[in-house]
Amino acid sequence: MLAYLAKRLLEMIPTLFGITLISFLIIHLAPGKPTDALSEMNPKMTPEARERLEKYYGLDKPVMVQYGLWLKRIVKLDFGESFSMDRRPVMQKIWDTKQPITERRLFITFMLNVMAMIIILLVAIPIGISSATHQYTLYDKITTTTVFVGFAMPSFWLALLLMLLFGVYLDWLPISGLKSMNYDALPFWGKVIDRVRHLVLPLFVVAFSSLAADSRYMRSSMLEVIRQDYVTVARAKGLPEKAVIYRHAFRNALLPLITLIGLSVPGLIGGSVIFENIFGIPGMGQLFFNGVMARDYPLIMAILTIGAFLTLIGNLLADVGYMLADPRIRTGQ
Amino acid sequence: MKKESLGSLFWDRFRQNSLAVSGGVIVVCLFVLAVLAPVFSPYKPNDIDRNYILAPPDMRHPLGTDDLGRDVLSRMIYGARISLAVGFVAVGIATLIGIAFGAVAGYYGGWIERIIMRFIDIMLTIPTFFLILAVIAFVEPSIWNIMIVIGLTGWMGVARLVRAEFLSVKERDYVMAARALGASDIRIIFRHVMINSMAPVLVSAVLGIAGAVLVESALSFLGIGVQPPTPSWGNILTLGKDNIEIAWWLSVFPGLAILITVLGYNILGEGIRDSIDPRLREAGRR
Repeated sequence: MLAYLAKRLLEMIPTLFGITLISFLIIHLAPGKPTDALSEMNPKMTPEARERLEKYYGLDKPVMVQYGLWLKRIVKLDFGESFSMDRRPVMQKIWDTKQPITERRLFITFMLNVMAMIIILLVAIPIGISSATHQYTLYDKITTTTVFVGFAMPSFWLALLLMLLFGVYLDWLPISGLKSMNYDALPFWGKVIDRVRHLVLPLFVVAFSSLAADSRYMRSSMLEVIRQDYVTVARAKGLPEKAVIYRHAFRNALLPLITLIGLSVPGLIGGSVIFENIFGIPGMGQLFFNGVMARDYPLIMAILTIGAFLTLIGNLLADVGYMLADPRIRTGQ
Repeated sequence: MKKESLGSLFWDRFRQNSLAVSGGVIVVCLFVLAVLAPVFSPYKPNDIDRNYILAPPDMRHPLGTDDLGRDVLSRMIYGARISLAVGFVAVGIATLIGIAFGAVAGYYGGWIERIIMRFIDIMLTIPTFFLILAVIAFVEPSIWNIMIVIGLTGWMGVARLVRAEFLSVKERDYVMAARALGASDIRIIFRHVMINSMAPVLVSAVLGIAGAVLVESALSFLGIGVQPPTPSWGNILTLGKDNIEIAWWLSVFPGLAILITVLGYNILGEGIRDSIDPRLREAGRR
């Protein structure tokens, strides 16, 4: 098991290298120089000043040399200075050490996705199992149809509809931000309730789209497993149906789902741009979007790399989960 | 003769699948609507009705008007053109790239396959939406660039699919026979192997159009896709968000159009898959 883990970790290194190379090349092969954005904002920029600037960022050197220099810096988690007005280090924007940890952008996005993932698992797995064990019943048909529609639902439209219903017409929930203006004045429980109220809609939206795919997947995986011989054997020897489903079938049906969850990590991270934008959540997705609008290229490269890194971690965790669920891999067969 | 009977077999199965047919009907209707947009829309998409600014749906404007007094129904009908065009062109690009990479990797194997597969793994690791946004930051946000970017970032699934098909087919007897008869690599790839992998590629392309429509509308919604005044479902929804307190119709109808379109392609794609090979029915979507 340890050997397998070590092998997976080693395999991550060339991938990580490739990720940095692609993020770098995308920005540098794109038409227009990165410093264009800076000079556009400042009409007084002379050609000499621009040259100085390019020298400062190392843009006068060959692309591969620049890549080497950039790589050397990002190993130390130094992503350079942002191109925006405040010129803060990119890393400070993503992970602001002056703020409490709950206010840091990367943390906010990460926690939202983790919470969404937990909700997805808690809901998708039971739905998938029950619609598989009740195949072709009305319940199964209703969930299957809902899931099919849910799959086609644009998440940003769902967000708009929920904002319209719960925010505007019913006026039950706030539609923007992570906390109210008077947050600091609230007592402890008031703070907790305020947070939860702000999180309900974004979490629902994030969870919904994956929920559809995952429960569908769980259903088909379960359907496949309950037709296997060992499930019939378990039934034949008189085990109660609950034990058959949850002890014998469930663990094997879970395996493909673990892979799917690993694969859905990039989608979740990428989707954070959309829902953070809609709900005004100050996370990494919103920062990335602002960076794109301002052509803030050190920031864009940094977040591309971090996003891919998080995906790699997600895949690794999925592998570990797979290993824990499947003894064949654990014993190295 | 053989080909015809296969086709009619497919058609017979497809016709019996009422869900698949309804998917097909949705897609055909969208086509007609998009092509004949000037016939169906009551107004020109950029016509301004000065006295009807942010007017709710009524007889004059069935789906209401936007903040400039433009007819929402007309703009949505013209918006169908955008989403159709983006869907087809983007998926066309992605499919061609995917077939090329997949065929080369699957047919030749060895180090070239390893490099391609590793490249695919890396591309899949970078969150696609981040990748698309990053590229768009540096090009003009036009409909053509959107199509190209979505295509360039969406080929990995097809490549994997084609490679897998190639691996399973290339050692078959009839391919060996073709090689023994002296057929060139290109001829074997296109005439003998590719034909067999076309069915799954077609299915994944139809499902891919649905994905491309979603991405385009999301980009336009964020303001970095199709630029106003060109109407697209996504950029009407942006107005919906800006006027969410006063104009629900701007949020509801364009989203419904996206949902129906995506649903149509999804149902059609699954229907085609079931008709080509019923054994694939319960197989996963990815």
